[in-house]
Amino acid sequence: MEILVCAKRVPDTSENEIELNRAGNDIQRDDLVYSVNEPDNYAVEEALQIVDRAGGSVTVATVGGEDDEEILRREMAMGAKNAVLLSDEAFQGSDGRGTATVLKAFVQKRNFDLILTGVQADDGAAQVGGMLAAMLDYPFASLVTSIEVVEGRKLKVSREIEGGNKEINEIDLPCVLSIQTGINEPRYVGMRGIRQVASVPIPTLDAADLGVDAGHVGERAAKVKRVDYFAPPVGKGAEMLEGSREERIDQLIELVRAKGGLK
Amino acid sequence: MPRIFAYIVHKAGVLDDSAAELLAAAGRIDAAQSPTAVATGWGTELDAACEALRSSYAEIWKIAHEALAYPNAELVRKALLNVVPKGSILLVPHNHFGVDLSPGLSVNMNAAFVPDVLDIEGVTGTALKLVRQEFGGQVSAHVRCDISSGSVINIRPGAFKPVDSVQVAGQISEMPAGNLGGAKRRYLETVVAETGDVDITKHQILVSIGRGIQEKENVAIAQELADALGGAVSCSRPVVDAKWLEKSRQVGSSGQTVKPKVYLACGISGSFQHLAGIKGNPFIVAINKNPKAPIFRVADVGIVDDILEFMPEMTNRVKELQHA
Repeated sequence: MEILVCAKRVPDTSENEIELNRAGNDIQRDDLVYSVNEPDNYAVEEALQIVDRAGGSVTVATVGGEDDEEILRREMAMGAKNAVLLSDEAFQGSDGRGTATVLKAFVQKRNFDLILTGVQADDGAAQVGGMLAAMLDYPFASLVTSIEVVEGRKLKVSREIEGGNKEINEIDLPCVLSIQTGINEPRYVGMRGIRQVASVPIPTLDAADLGVDAGHVGERAAKVKRVDYFAPPVGKGAEMLEGSREERIDQLIELVRAKGGLK
Repeated sequence: MPRIFAYIVHKAGVLDDSAAELLAAAGRIDAAQSPTAVATGWGTELDAACEALRSSYAEIWKIAHEALAYPNAELVRKALLNVVPKGSILLVPHNHFGVDLSPGLSVNMNAAFVPDVLDIEGVTGTALKLVRQEFGGQVSAHVRCDISSGSVINIRPGAFKPVDSVQVAGQISEMPAGNLGGAKRRYLETVVAETGDVDITKHQILVSIGRGIQEKENVAIAQELADALGGAVSCSRPVVDAKWLEKSRQVGSSGQTVKPKVYLACGISGSFQHLAGIKGNPFIVAINKNPKAPIFRVADVGIVDDILEFMPEMTNRVKELQHA
């Protein structure tokens, strides 16, 4: 099975506190540590496990710039055989639709049986996979928590739904699935693995290579634009307990007791 | 102003809370307009849902088809595409179903799509100005959406408070489902969540842990505090993803809904999916070393500290007081 995983390089929220800049209209971008979007690692791991069972190979692609090569290498170190950078000035400022348009053009150049994305990225949009599927007229399932390859070019997938329940679906190949975290345990990638792929050339495809009409992507084509960032409203806000740790513990125990949570 | 539609989620004939929330959201886009509810399904369950909508929505479009008895997003997309006019604004809850339905639907409708909307600032010309969050709720963002060729707007559950609307005697119109054959994705069954060794929904006090617990060995620290307090340990999604606790311990829209008296959120950032699982207005205590963690916005009491040091000391103090 030929599998494409669409990945994204994002600010790593486990390494950074995301804060507003001085002007208060953008996030503070100096010294941000970037890494691969966490759900995308689960998608790559799942693709590798499917290939282990059913044969084929895994390709990882991202829409971005030179800086984004590092995540492609990381996913190659995990075991992805091929990586491709989809990069063109014309792609900059794309909304979800624009990104999906670029990926669609790439998919149409190749032959993939299965396309995986992480469930969502830093912007929490969870949109590109579903859009890509619609553009290709492929079936789509989101929030996927298990994949089983069955006979006759079909998969049996479970989706996460409310209350911890699972929805089981049969889906025809080719299809697009968005992968939920927790579906597997992504393998560890050490420095040695990264070094082994450090000098592997990564092909770059631009708008002309992909046959993408520059008028359909990028900032000018985007119907959805982020205007600015701002500090979230505080709401009622918590009463912050102050003092030494001992004092705060005593205050907290008193409060918990008063609320009936402690006998 | 384009016509506004609200996609109604219902189950066993009962309306989801989002039905009233989308009505409130529609009012924020255009207060002068009465939005149209669109409900898909089959049989007596759909009948009951449509009947329930009559008290709040003036117009209800009912799409009945046996193939829609279970809301398979692929088929619902086809049905909506068949009836919703081009250029409309369609509101959908940003839940497990809306995430499945809407991105593809927006492409099919050639409409703009904005996911997970928390607030609506209004329309200027063809620009709809909305509020979202990014980075797990650490920052908010204003988003401008060009609605000139239609739009699909996914609304975060719980973000819009239902408004007290005047009683209306809504009109139900039967709409054609169109051809729903040839599905490439077929619903097979729903597997109900397994109950674990501990039922967190039955406890009055929960010591709930998140990513801040850092490693599996540290779960014992939370267990000791829960034991001292006479409660149980629950958790947020990353703890289950890392296989440190069973899925049955997860609080959130994809896990359990809990109604404790006291909820100690320890090292939990506070995503909306997690908060959606906390009901019954408990006393929420947030303990987190990041003072900017979104959990502090919803907690009653906050403590900025390292949970791995705070929890053991609290355990000791609780035991001391019990033995005093």
